Amino acid sequence: MIRVASLRVNYGRREALRGVDLHVARGELVGLCGPNGSGKTTLIKALAGLLSAASGTIEINGADIATLSHRERALRLSCVPQRTEVPAGFSVRELVLMGRFAHTGLLTGFLSDYGPEDHAAVEAALRDARADNLAERQAAELSGGEIQRVLLARALAQGREVLLLDEAVSALDMARRVEAYDLLATLNKNGGTILSALHDLNLAALYCPRLVFLKAGLIALDGPTTDIFTESNLKDIYETDIRVAAHPVTGAPQAHLVPGAVAAALG
Amino acid sequence: MTTGAGENRASGCANGRTGRGASLWIACICAATLASGLIACGLGSFPSSPAETLNALLQALGLNVGLNGGQPVDPALSVVVVDIRLARVALAWLTGASLAVAGCVFQGVLRNPLADAFTLGVSGGAAFGASVAILSGLAGSAAISGLGGSTGLLPLFALAGALLALAAVLALGRAGGGLGGAMRRETLVLAGIVVSTFLSALISLLKSLDEESVASIVFWIMGSFQGRGFEHVRLALPYMAVGLILVLWRARELDLLALGEGQARLLGLDAGRSRLWLLIGASLLSGAAVAVSGVIGFVGLVVPHLLRMVIGAGHRALLPASALLGGLLLLWSDVLARSILPGGAELPVGVVTALIGGPFFCLLLGRSGRMGLRAGGGGA
Repeated sequence: MIRVASLRVNYGRREALRGVDLHVARGELVGLCGPNGSGKTTLIKALAGLLSAASGTIEINGADIATLSHRERALRLSCVPQRTEVPAGFSVRELVLMGRFAHTGLLTGFLSDYGPEDHAAVEAALRDARADNLAERQAAELSGGEIQRVLLARALAQGREVLLLDEAVSALDMARRVEAYDLLATLNKNGGTILSALHDLNLAALYCPRLVFLKAGLIALDGPTTDIFTESNLKDIYETDIRVAAHPVTGAPQAHLVPGAVAAALG
Repeated sequence: MTTGAGENRASGCANGRTGRGASLWIACICAATLASGLIACGLGSFPSSPAETLNALLQALGLNVGLNGGQPVDPALSVVVVDIRLARVALAWLTGASLAVAGCVFQGVLRNPLADAFTLGVSGGAAFGASVAILSGLAGSAAISGLGGSTGLLPLFALAGALLALAAVLALGRAGGGLGGAMRRETLVLAGIVVSTFLSALISLLKSLDEESVASIVFWIMGSFQGRGFEHVRLALPYMAVGLILVLWRARELDLLALGEGQARLLGLDAGRSRLWLLIGASLLSGAAVAVSGVIGFVGLVVPHLLRMVIGAGHRALLPASALLGGLLLLWSDVLARSILPGGAELPVGVVTALIGGPFFCLLLGRSGRMGLRAGGGGA
């Protein structure tokens, strides 16, 4: 469960979030959308404890994250970051094993190995993120899409209760995106609370029963996908001509862009 | 340290080749260290065979197993082997181990392949602190003759110097690397060179203020183990032990820090606090090493890099392996330093490590240039 109240976050003098209120109930799968610079990444980073709030509060499962240690917070929520530099010299399995850091005791630091339950969680995470075939590879040598699967596996190894994703599928091809979101849908069905920031509106509409649109640091729209995913709403938010039609199989609303020249010809 | 990897293999949860490879390498370095120690204790102007050496060493431990055909050990040989050579071998090994582990930690924490106590100016700071201690008389009056009667204050001064130099270099690196704490690799090393040069000028200044201490201070600049004995081991060992425990305790955190501060925090690490303790641990190790042996470069740079190539970047294996290989490298460097010149003259051991490490450093600069390009692209 995530509860955000009047959250403001600044980068120096620039206001990135200007008073955001958001409640994601346990077991929800929510897509976080909005134009570039609208504050999606800022919100995810603030939730993950990487940015501190200028004002307002963030609660994860009822605990104010300002009062939690990094370890306690990491035990409650895991996060797949946007883009990442992977240092040389670590295998994929070692990288995913780092997701278990918060689960290790404070007194077991002295060169101690991760325990059997850590290794079991890592194997399950690698399998679920379809990264088990990469386990022995050097993480620094993977392609962008492979790295994103590995980072997803690391987040799963860390915890599956509350999962934040920041553009976690942007480097994946279409088939891999569907795979990744099928996995998220399964995690969600098994009780996971998921908030995923993404640019791909159609993927969001296809998988997320609820969407939140940010614009200029404020929540512009928040509601069931079928209610708010309309031509007029999307035009207002993205300031371009967008048409919405039903998905031929599922019937979910899908957005279609109109090329500038065609839009001009249409008047 | 090898047991961790062993259990890992036994549990069937394959940590893969990395774990097995690391324990094999560590076992090999351990064996090489023991053999080297035995050989090094026998080398010198009064040479002894490994059997004689071992006999003398065992007798010193109170074990007379009669390896040498039951003959008693020559008391003179015993003094040479145990009190002179073993002390020196032990000190060289401890110093090498400390410098290599400190280098490994500096590289990991600062995410900079060129970082090391020497390049960061930390050794220079420690040498300056030690010089101040000697010249002010706080380290004991007999300090001039090879630190003979130095008190426990010497490593404390060296540690203070090391920490001050590190703080200065980090502040300079940050100022030169723009806002947001993003330190460029080259900026940091440049800052290290600036601070090192400034400090060695200060040491020279101190030296010219007090002609009597010249001999002892010269050795700070190009480290040496000449005339060092067990009292120096006793002086440095507590600081080294505390430093080593501090960083080994946080080996796993070093892995996370290598991912960058953002990811380390996502995974639950208090990155700021972890980095502070690791830097203090590495400064303790380098300060204690410099306090008893002077400035010895390149060990902390060469050893972790060589090992990363063969056992990977995981610090739970890399730190102990660095300690072992660093000790081995400096042990042999010291053997060369005391035996390469004819007529019993000695080279400062810092000269030997610089001769070995200089070309390696050039190689590394070329490699890290390419790595820098590949790793470029910003951190989370």
